[in-house]
Amino acid sequence: MNNVEALIPKIGVITDIRIDTPDIKTFRVVTPDGEKPFEHRPGQCAMLSMPGVGEAMFSITSSPTNTEYMEFSIKKCGCVTEWLHQAEVGQQVTVRGPYGNPFPVDDAFRGKNMLFVAGGVGLAPLRSVINYCRHYRENYGTIDIVYGSRSKDDLLDYREIIEEWSKDEGVNVHLTIDREQEGWDGHVGFVPNYVKELGFSTDKTAILCGPPIMIKFTLDGLYSLGFEKTQIYTTLEMRMKCGIGKCGRCNVGSKYICKDGPVFRFDELDELPDEY
Amino acid sequence: MRKCSLDSLNAVFAKIAEAAELYLPVNCTDGSAAFSKWEEGKEWSNNLNTVKSPKEFFFPQTEDLVAFKTSGKNIEIIDTRKEREDFVVFGVRACDVKAFEVLDNVFLLKEPYDSYYTNRREHGVIISVACNRPADTCFCKTFGIDPADPQGDISVWKTADSLYWQANTERGAALLEKIADLTEDCDTAAVDAEKEKITKIMSKLPLANLTTEGWGAGKTQELFDSPIWAEMSEACLGCGTCTFVCPTCQCYDIKDFNTGKGVVRFRCWDSCMYSDFTKMSAGQPRLSQKERFRQRFMHKLVYYPENNNGLFSCVGCGRCVAKCPISMNIAKVMKKIGGKENE
Repeated sequence: MNNVEALIPKIGVITDIRIDTPDIKTFRVVTPDGEKPFEHRPGQCAMLSMPGVGEAMFSITSSPTNTEYMEFSIKKCGCVTEWLHQAEVGQQVTVRGPYGNPFPVDDAFRGKNMLFVAGGVGLAPLRSVINYCRHYRENYGTIDIVYGSRSKDDLLDYREIIEEWSKDEGVNVHLTIDREQEGWDGHVGFVPNYVKELGFSTDKTAILCGPPIMIKFTLDGLYSLGFEKTQIYTTLEMRMKCGIGKCGRCNVGSKYICKDGPVFRFDELDELPDEY
Repeated sequence: MRKCSLDSLNAVFAKIAEAAELYLPVNCTDGSAAFSKWEEGKEWSNNLNTVKSPKEFFFPQTEDLVAFKTSGKNIEIIDTRKEREDFVVFGVRACDVKAFEVLDNVFLLKEPYDSYYTNRREHGVIISVACNRPADTCFCKTFGIDPADPQGDISVWKTADSLYWQANTERGAALLEKIADLTEDCDTAAVDAEKEKITKIMSKLPLANLTTEGWGAGKTQELFDSPIWAEMSEACLGCGTCTFVCPTCQCYDIKDFNTGKGVVRFRCWDSCMYSDFTKMSAGQPRLSQKERFRQRFMHKLVYYPENNNGLFSCVGCGRCVAKCPISMNIAKVMKKIGGKENE
């Protein structure tokens, strides 16, 4: 019998848990031998599970350039995520992957000025790409990051953003929160409006991830600035079980989001029926 | 080609069952037929149109994938897979044989391979039987399937007094070799006559003129937004019966079961007709039964062909037509949305 079976996971150990926001934690995962579970590309996903609780798909938030471990930023919003949020360091989980197509960081993105636009936990999948671009800094032009959340307490990776990203040369971070808040002297307003206000030039490749409503209005804003669909990317979210394009639930048109996505360019999405 | 008399059928089945588990359609008390393991005294049903398709021999309704033991913070993974013993499925209709091609494209031929399905395919011999008792709900011809000329490892034709056997694969030939003492060489005259008879019966079926016109790869833009989906799905109960009796439906769920001694992760058939099929914490991409209903037919008649060189993932077996509690079915959808009634 064929001994390779994609549906059988391997063991991972949670070695660090960072509390990012009131409902988002970032979990560091290695194998029992202390190795990174497997290699991946920016934008790819992995299945995490706790036997008896369930299995769910998460984007890998750490960059492939991190050779020591894998990180997942996870918002508490269902059975598996609630269980993970009560887990402690040293807890074993199961992990399998990587799944899906990555962002084209080594071809289409190479040499480009990059614009990342994220809302809330939508930063999680982009962090892998951002840190990849920062690592191979010479391969990319300017990097702009527009990131917004409900409040300053809901900003993911805040320490990394302030202490690392903001200090990089050629990296411009634009943070915003939805409403005025004590102790916040930064920008206030929704992400799509902020993107329009910032008025980016169209020499950039844009990557969006966030709530559907943010994506919709940010897209409108980018189009009005003169951006073409062929220079805007996103990563989709659908319910998944197998991760290998067989169980059927992430099927949209002739594509399976787990296998043919989750990364899509907006002109590619035009080919799909509007059901994601 | 080999033949045996119907009188010797019991001996033939006994001989096959010596070497491998043998399954065939038998009559149920309610008049329907179901695949059952053969043993002495069990009679093969004349009714090949089983309520459930033989897909479950290769893709069972539920099956264990892997098991876990947990203690404290630790997890142990137990690979529970084992080699399937050889088995034979006798009495598979041409449409149901074709359905294995549809499933093979998903589980066997596209990486990563499904080791569970592959294991069963490697150990199963399929013996088809030419279908001379089609139901009013049958429309295999629509998909280019000839019930008089079924495929599989061995093809069998039944006449008033004899069974005719033809091996199509090495595995089939090896099995025929095992029953060589009980069969004799023959020409194809009786089979040719039987084929002609079946062709005549088929041409008289109510759905004989159903075509795939208007459907197939590349039709998404044209069909997806049709207003008729809302109308046709209105009465759909979302019961999922159509997907469970379907020989080609391949969607599955993966779930954990705590046995008290450990956790078994299993998969089971699932249905795109169910609301929680796509429900996420972040939202629901298919909000109403209209979207779910549309998904089932678009997948079979447009999306699947796009990914599989034009092959439709409906074989016209008619099970969903017969079993839908509201008498909605793929034939009506094909006529109304893609076909002539739409013009």
